[in-house]
Formats: sequence, structure tokens, C-alpha cells
Amino acid sequence: MRVVVLGIGNMLMTDEGIGVHAVEALQRRFILPDAVAVVDGGTTGMELLPDLENADHLIVIDAVRVGKPPATVVRLEGDDVPAFFKTKLSPHQVGLSDVLAALRFSGQAPRHVVLIGVQPVSLEMGMELSPDVARRLDEVLDLVSAELATIGVPALERRQ
Amino acid sequence: MATRITIDPITRIEGHLRVDVEVDNGKVSRAWSSGQMWRGIEQIVQGRDPRDAWTIVQRICGVCTTVHAMASVRSVENALNLEVPLNAQFIRNMIMCAHSIHDHIVHFYHLSALDWVDVVSALKADPVKAAQLAESLSEWEGNSRHVMTDVQNRLKTFVGSGQLGVFTNGYWGHPAMKLPPEVNLMAVAHYLQALEIQRYANKIVATLGSKTPHIQNLAVGGVANPIATDSQSVLTVERLLLIKEMIDKLGSFIRNCYQVDVAAVGAFYADWTQLGAGITDYLSVPDMPLDTKCTRFMMPGGFIKGGDLSTFKPITSYSDSYFRDGVAESVKHSWYKYSGGNGPLHPWKGETTPDYTDFQDNGKYSWVKSPTFYGKPAQVGPLANVLCGVAAGHQPTVSHLNRVMDIAGKLAGSKLPMSALHSTIGRHAARAVRCGVVHENLQASWQALMENIAKGDTKTFNKPVFPKGEIMGVGLHEAPRGLLSHWSVIKDGKIANYQAVVPTTWLAAPRNEADEQGPYEASLLKTPVADPERPLEVLRTVHSFDPCLACAVHLTDKEQKTVVQVKAL
Repeated sequence: MRVVVLGIGNMLMTDEGIGVHAVEALQRRFILPDAVAVVDGGTTGMELLPDLENADHLIVIDAVRVGKPPATVVRLEGDDVPAFFKTKLSPHQVGLSDVLAALRFSGQAPRHVVLIGVQPVSLEMGMELSPDVARRLDEVLDLVSAELATIGVPALERRQ
Repeated sequence: MATRITIDPITRIEGHLRVDVEVDNGKVSRAWSSGQMWRGIEQIVQGRDPRDAWTIVQRICGVCTTVHAMASVRSVENALNLEVPLNAQFIRNMIMCAHSIHDHIVHFYHLSALDWVDVVSALKADPVKAAQLAESLSEWEGNSRHVMTDVQNRLKTFVGSGQLGVFTNGYWGHPAMKLPPEVNLMAVAHYLQALEIQRYANKIVATLGSKTPHIQNLAVGGVANPIATDSQSVLTVERLLLIKEMIDKLGSFIRNCYQVDVAAVGAFYADWTQLGAGITDYLSVPDMPLDTKCTRFMMPGGFIKGGDLSTFKPITSYSDSYFRDGVAESVKHSWYKYSGGNGPLHPWKGETTPDYTDFQDNGKYSWVKSPTFYGKPAQVGPLANVLCGVAAGHQPTVSHLNRVMDIAGKLAGSKLPMSALHSTIGRHAARAVRCGVVHENLQASWQALMENIAKGDTKTFNKPVFPKGEIMGVGLHEAPRGLLSHWSVIKDGKIANYQAVVPTTWLAAPRNEADEQGPYEASLLKTPVADPERPLEVLRTVHSFDPCLACAVHLTDKEQKTVVQVKAL
């Protein structure tokens, strides 16, 4: 089994980079099984093809605009996710949508996709998360960890 | 009466370029190219250690992370007059070449071929005839009738599932789609095979760069790859041999599929060799250095005036004042203001202070600045690179170009003149030619690295030392989309100013200080538009430049599902 945890976003723009901050924090907080690959996708698109092909499970962490209050954490799954990736006003989301479409066409698409998103507070320039979003980072990691446990590849908390 | 069409965003992936055109009597009469995102992200490196800048600036763009990292270290090295060890140059060359190959293949097959290839039409093809055609054009193993039949069946399932994904943007059945079904099927087969092949290019970048996306092995002064012949944890001969296998696989695909398919598109869309020339002043820089001082290169660069190759003036080194002194950026039509008032500024004096107005046809209308070379707009990109190569008598460029032109001529039934290159199709052809040249550079850099290691040289790094006071540098790179320059001013070892003039800045530039149009704008004039609701022709020309305006935000918006907002006013 191959599980990919993909964080995407621009880490130069505060909360826009939540996905990247989250995958970094994930590796700091947990020991992950060999079957789990953690990818810092940044804002790239088609460069991610080899990382995503033939994944059994793909967990994407990203900044999202879902009309919820700032710093809300959401989880999307199933039919919600492909619709989500069709959004074309966000350049790199579209990149991911292209990657997934190309992989579907060649029969190598991830079998199951979950999106864990955070509504941003700030998109200002800066390499740190806003304080409100930073406070939700552990909640995001908890959701990822729960996801991994459900799939059967649990992450182990590192000893403090 | 003129019809105004707004296409926003226009890029198939890397978003946030808006193009407005006025169509009069079925042809574009006026055009505006507008970047819709603020790009002042360079400010984030001010006050930082110049040795760290590259890791930060490679995050400014979503597609070209590697190229920004490379231009950034070169900028600091240029300021310090720091030599780069040979091994480091060759390793960097290999990364740049592999990245370019990845970028060109993906751009053609996965991002722009759909402007020319009607995927749905491929369902009507006779797979046997498609295989015969493909086999008559190259020796590629993936052209058999079994492959074509299998691809067509796969396509049937895919279209039947309604999950067209990336293809939902396609203009299927548009009157401007002209490829016969068999050519469409051949292109779709190669689209799928390109997905397999691109991974080798990516793997080379990952093996040498430690990670992709976002390479980790660069350093101001060289690379962080220790070289040893006997340790598993570093760059070994064994790893280099694996890379060689991947290089060979890429070469076969470029020669047998990519260049052939581009030639076929050129042959069947010969009318597009008459459209889209735009600005024919071409600018490129030399790349793939062969020495530690960046004065000898595998690939030449320079300037060509008015499309006339006899005017070619080479740029001879990364410190060549002919290039360095010629660049300036105007904000007369951009949403910025300069503290000293109007007039273009040299990038070392560049400022990035926003001054937003609405979209003003005759005033400010873009977040992209307008760069010029000695006061004039210039076209950068693979076409500029290839034309400079031809003008310089660069043999690999000439031979790849002749091959592509010969195949196109054979399919079109008549020889294509060199003048056909100054066009929308010409930019695609040049990219395929450049891909072949870059592949030769990749092979040559691999060979040079092996030979240098065999001589006993394992040096990969020269330590930078920053002086007190102010120094300035420019980092140049002939990136997949064209000339990239990073300009840095360093004061007492910290970055005091930093400006990235990226290829898309040159190409998507709004009008300049003299109100002259930028390359996108100029290239769109006289383009026929058959159906203002489906302005495929405009997309074809803009996409031929391989636009990339990401360099910023990518927030996902669940409420908006629109693909391309075409407003016909």
C-alpha cells in the first residue's frame, strides 16, 4: 500500500502555506510508517506526477475558501473532492486538478482522496502562519493522524 | 463594431493572466495583457543572508522552482565574482537540462497540445492507419497498431465516464481544429507515453537535487553534492550510471515523438506559421557553463533585431555589460509607482510599491512591469534561444531545427521557409528543437562530469566571503520559458534590494514607457477569431509562449467553478 500526504501552498504568503507548514510539523510530531510518503508540493503542478501516481490513498492539506469563518478546519472526501479540484481560479489547485486528471486518464490516479483544509486568516507576505491558524495546526495534524489510523497505517507520536 | 473579449484567467494551469482583445471584422484589432496578481514577493528576501535567498525565492513560482534557485545563487556569485567549481557547474547543468526537458514535454503534451489536438476526434480514427502514419515518421516502439487500439479503447472509457477533467477545457469540434483523426490518435498515444517519460526527467532532478519539487543541493559557491567513488550516501558512479540510462530514454522520446508531433502540428496548421509573430526583437542569454568563471557555454545567447539573423550580437559572459546595462523596467502602465517619478528603472534600482487603479485601457492595467532592452520590448523564450543558436552557427541547434523542418515539410508536401518560425507555431517548433539541444547538453554535461571525476577532481564548493560595503550582481539563466534574471544588491553581507525579471515579465508585459505593446499583445494583432464565445485562436497564440504567472497565491475557492471566464462585451 502507498499513502501520500501532500501539503500544498505558498509558504511566502502566511496562511497560504498551511499545507507546507503542516507536512513539516507532521514529520516533527510523528514517526510515520514506511508506506506513508510525505510530500511538500509547494505551489507546483505537473512536477508532482511521479509522487502521486498509483497512490492508494492521497491526503491533501491546503488553504481553502469554503465560506467558513477564518481559521476553520474542514475535511472533504468523496464526491466533494473532485468538484473542489475543478476550481480554476486558483492556479496551483488547477495544477493539482490537471495532475489528477492526467493520472486518471493513464489509469494511475490515487484510489481515494481526502482533503484537509484551513480557511486562511491572512494572505499577507510572510513566512510564518497567522497566530489563529498556527493555533489550529495541531488540529490539522490530529485529522491527518486519524486518517492514517483509519487507513491502517497509524502514525506514532514521538516521545516528548 | 468591435467586440471586446476578456479571457481571465487564460493559462491552462498557472493562472492569473488576463487578456482583453477587441475583435473587429473577425480579427483582433487591439489587445491588452494584464497580470492579475501582485508580484512583489522579492521584498521578502530584503535584509536576509544572501546565502539563504535561493531557498526562499524558489517558492515564488509554482512551476519553475528550480530556475529561480539557480538564478539566485548565480546572482550572489556574480556579485562576489566567485568562481564555481567545474563539478558543480556540470551538476547544475544536468539539473537545469533535465528540468527544461520535463518542462517542455509537459508544456507541449499536457498543457498546450489540447489547443491543436481534438481528443474526441481521436475516437473516430482508424488505429491501423494511425499506427502506419506514426511508424512512417519515426522508429518509436510505442507506435504499433496494438498501442493505438489500446489507447483508443482507453479514451472511449474515459470520455464515457464523463470525467474529462483537464480535457473539459477543450474546444472539441471547433472549426479551427484541423488534425485528421489518425493524427489526433497518435498525439493522444504520445500524451500518455509522455506521462511515463517525464518521470525520468524528474528523477534526474530529484537524484541530483536531493528532492523535487524544491531542490536542496545548491549553495552560493557550488553544490552540496559530495562526490565519492566508494560511498553509498553521496553521488557515486553507480548513481551516475543510472542517470545515464534515464538520459537515453528521454532522448529517444524527444526525437521520435515530441519533435515529430510538433512537426505534424506545424504541417497541418501551416496557416499558423503566418500568425502570431508579434515582437521580433529576440533576446536570450548563453547557458550551461563549461568553465568556473561563466565565460564559455554549451548554448549561445544574444540579441537579434527585427528577426534578421545577420544582426545577431552575442552575449559573451554573465558579466557582459552589453546585457547588464540594457535592461530597464517601466511602470507607466503597471500598478506600481516609482519614488523618483516616472521613467524606467534599472533592476538594481528597482522598486515595487503598489499603486492600484482600475483596469484603464490607456493607463495602468497590469501587475506585470514592462521590461525593455535598450528601450525596446523583446521576445524571450525558446524561439529567441533557437534563433540565436542558428545565428551563432551552433551546430546542435541547426541540426535539430533542420530535422523538425524536414519532417514538417514532408507532411505538408512543401518545404517550410525559415521565416515560418516567426509565428505561433514557430514557438512550439523552437521549443521542441531546444528540447533536443538541451538533451545533448545534458549528455555532454554527464560526460564532462564523469571525465572530471576520473581526473581525481571532487571539488564541488567554493566558500563565499562577503565584504563590507555594497556589491551588486545579476544571475542569468536561460530557463524553459526564456531569459531569467535575478538582480541583487548586497550591503554588508545582507540583501539590500532584490528584483526578479522573469521570462513572463518580458512576454506578458503591458505597454512600455513609449506606449509600445508587449510581446503577447503584439502577437495577437490580426489573429482571426471565428467565434467570440470560444476564442480558441487567442488561446493558441498566448499558450504558445508557455505563460506562467503563478508566482503567488493559490487559494482554493469552492464557490467558483468557472474554468475560463470569457466575457464577450
